[in-house]
Amino acid sequence: MNGPTLFGLCAAALIGFGLYGLIVNPQPLRKIIGFNIIGSGVFLLFGTIARRGAAVGMGGDPVPQALLITGIVVAFSATALAVALLLRLFDEGGVVTLASEASPTEAKADPPDA
Amino acid sequence: MPHSLSSQDVTTPGGLLLVLAILIPFVGMLIGFVFGGGKAQRVALATLAAGLAIVIAIAHALVQSGDAVIYILGGWKPPLGVALRADGLSVVMLVAIAVVICGIGVYARADFGTPSGVKEARAPLTFWLLLLAVWGSLNLVFVSGDLFTLYVALELLTFAAVPLVSLDGRSETVRSALRYLLYALLGSVLYLLGAVLLYGVYGTLDIPLLAIRVRPEPAAWAALALMISGLLAKTALFPLHLWLPPAHAGAPAAASAVLSGLVIKGSWFLAVRIWFDVFAGVVTLPSAQMLGGLGAAAILVGNVVALRQTRLKLLIAYSTVAQIGYLFLMFPLATGLSSAGLDSVVSVNGGMLQAISHAMAKAAMFMAAGLVYATLGHDRVADLRGLASALPMTVLAFALAGASLIGLPPSGGFLAKWLLISAAITTLQWWWALVMLAGGLLTSVYVFIVVVRTLAPAHEGWKPKSPVPRYQQAVVLALALCSFLLGAAVLCPVDVMQIGRTVSRNTLLP
Repeated sequence: MNGPTLFGLCAAALIGFGLYGLIVNPQPLRKIIGFNIIGSGVFLLFGTIARRGAAVGMGGDPVPQALLITGIVVAFSATALAVALLLRLFDEGGVVTLASEASPTEAKADPPDA
Repeated sequence: MPHSLSSQDVTTPGGLLLVLAILIPFVGMLIGFVFGGGKAQRVALATLAAGLAIVIAIAHALVQSGDAVIYILGGWKPPLGVALRADGLSVVMLVAIAVVICGIGVYARADFGTPSGVKEARAPLTFWLLLLAVWGSLNLVFVSGDLFTLYVALELLTFAAVPLVSLDGRSETVRSALRYLLYALLGSVLYLLGAVLLYGVYGTLDIPLLAIRVRPEPAAWAALALMISGLLAKTALFPLHLWLPPAHAGAPAAASAVLSGLVIKGSWFLAVRIWFDVFAGVVTLPSAQMLGGLGAAAILVGNVVALRQTRLKLLIAYSTVAQIGYLFLMFPLATGLSSAGLDSVVSVNGGMLQAISHAMAKAAMFMAAGLVYATLGHDRVADLRGLASALPMTVLAFALAGASLIGLPPSGGFLAKWLLISAAITTLQWWWALVMLAGGLLTSVYVFIVVVRTLAPAHEGWKPKSPVPRYQQAVVLALALCSFLLGAAVLCPVDVMQIGRTVSRNTLLP
C-alpha cells in the first residue's frame, strides 16, 4: 500500500466516524466535534490529492494547499459560531439540547429558571 | 465549441461591475460596523441603493452584449486563476434578489430603527450588517465561476443567515439557529468533499473547464451525489426540512423574509449550477427522478402540515417547505427534455421563475405576517377578525402573494407552473403535473382560510395594538404585486435567462 492510498483510507475513515457522530449523537457539542472530524478527513484527503498531483521539482500541487488553508479557516469560524450559540443557549436555559421542548426528566434535573 | 471556450477567459466590458456587486455590500457592512449605532442603518440603506444601481448596470451590460459578463480576477486565467461569470440565470437572480432586499430594507426601517436616546441597540445593528452580508454572499453565489469560491460563498451565506434566526436572543430561537447551523455545516462539508473529489480526478474547479473534462464514471457520480445532498440539507428539501419551520417562524418578520425568500435560493441556485453546467453530461434521468420525488413529497407534506398550523408565521414557513418542492421538480423535467433530445429551456425557465416569484411572494407574506402581529399582538390563524378593515393593503398583499404561490394567472407562479406542467406533459411525466395541481389546491385552501378569517368584522370597540406605518404596508403590497405581475415576463422579447449559457449547450450537443 503506497502513501496516498493509506492517507486516502485514513481520510475516508475520519469522514465516516465524523458523519456517524454528527448524525447519531444527540448532544450539540458532540455534533460540533463530529463536524470537525469530518472536516479533518476532507482536509486530509485534499492534502493527499495535493501530494499526488506534485509536478517535477515540487513537493505538491500548490492549488489544493491554498484552498485547504481557506477551508480550515472557514471550518474554524463555523466551529466558533456554533460554540458561541451553544454557550448562549446554556446561559439562557442551563439546558443544552436540540429538542424543541426539553423532556420532563431533563426539565426536572435542570429547571430553566435555575 | 473552441471559440466559446477562449471567449470565457477574458474580462468583458462591464466585468468590473461583478466585482462591485460583491464588494459594495461587504464594504457597506464594514463601514456600518465601524460607525455603529443608528448610522449603520443609514449606511445600509445607501448601500442598498448603490447595489441596486450596480445590479441594473450588470443586467444592462448582459442584454447589450448578448453574452455572459466575465471578470478574470487579477488577470490570472482559469484553471490557476478564478473567474467571475454572470450569465442570464445569474443576472436574473441578481436583479430579483436586489429588488427583494431593497423592499425588505425599506420595510425594516420601522422595525429595526435604533430607538432614540439609545446610542446603539444590538438587534438593529446586527440586522442591518447581516442584511448586507447576506446580500454580498448571495451575489457571490450567483457570479462565482469556480466550485471552491462557491463553497466559500455558501459558508458566508450560512454565517450571515444563522444569527438572523436568533436576533431576539430567546432560547428557542438560539436553539433553532444552532439546529440550522448544524444542518448547514453538514451540507457544506459534504459539498466540499464533492469538490475535493472533483479536483482530485479532473484537476480543476473552474465550471466551464470541469464541464468539458467530467465523464460519467464513479468518481463523478460520487461527487455529484455528495454535492447535491449537501445542498439539499442547506435548501431544506424534504426530508431535510426539519430545521426550517422553527428557524424561519421564530425570527423577526424582516429577517424571516430574508431567510425564507432569499437565503434558501442561494444553495438551490448552486444545485442548479452544478446539475446543468458542471454535470450536464453525467446526470441520468433516474437520479433526476429521485430529486423530483423528494420535491413532490415536499409539496404534499409541506402543504398538508401548513394546513394544520395554528400560527400564521409557522403556516407561511411550512408553505416555504412546500414551495421548495416545486423548485426541485425542474430537475426531472429538464433532464427528461434533454434526454429526449429536446431543449430543456422551458423547464429551466419555469424553475427560475418559480424561484423568483416565490422569493417576492414569500418575502411579502412574512412581512405581512409581521404587520399582522404588530396590529393584533398575536398571529393565531383562528383569530384574525377585523384585520381587513384595519390593514386593507396588507390583506390584499397577502392575497396577491398567495395567488402567486397557488399559481393563479397572471402571477409569476402561474407562468412558472405553466412552463413546468407543459414540460411534464411533453416528456410524458404526467405524475409531476398531478402533484403540482394537487399542491396548488392545497395552497389555495390555506391562503383562503387566512383571507376569509381576516374579512370577519372586528369585535365591538377593538383597537389595533400599535399603529402600522403606511409605507410598510405599501412596500409589502409592492413586493406582492411584483410577484403577481411577474407572469408578464412572458412578454419579454429576449429570453434573458438563456443569454450567455454556452456551457450547458456545448456539453449537451454531441
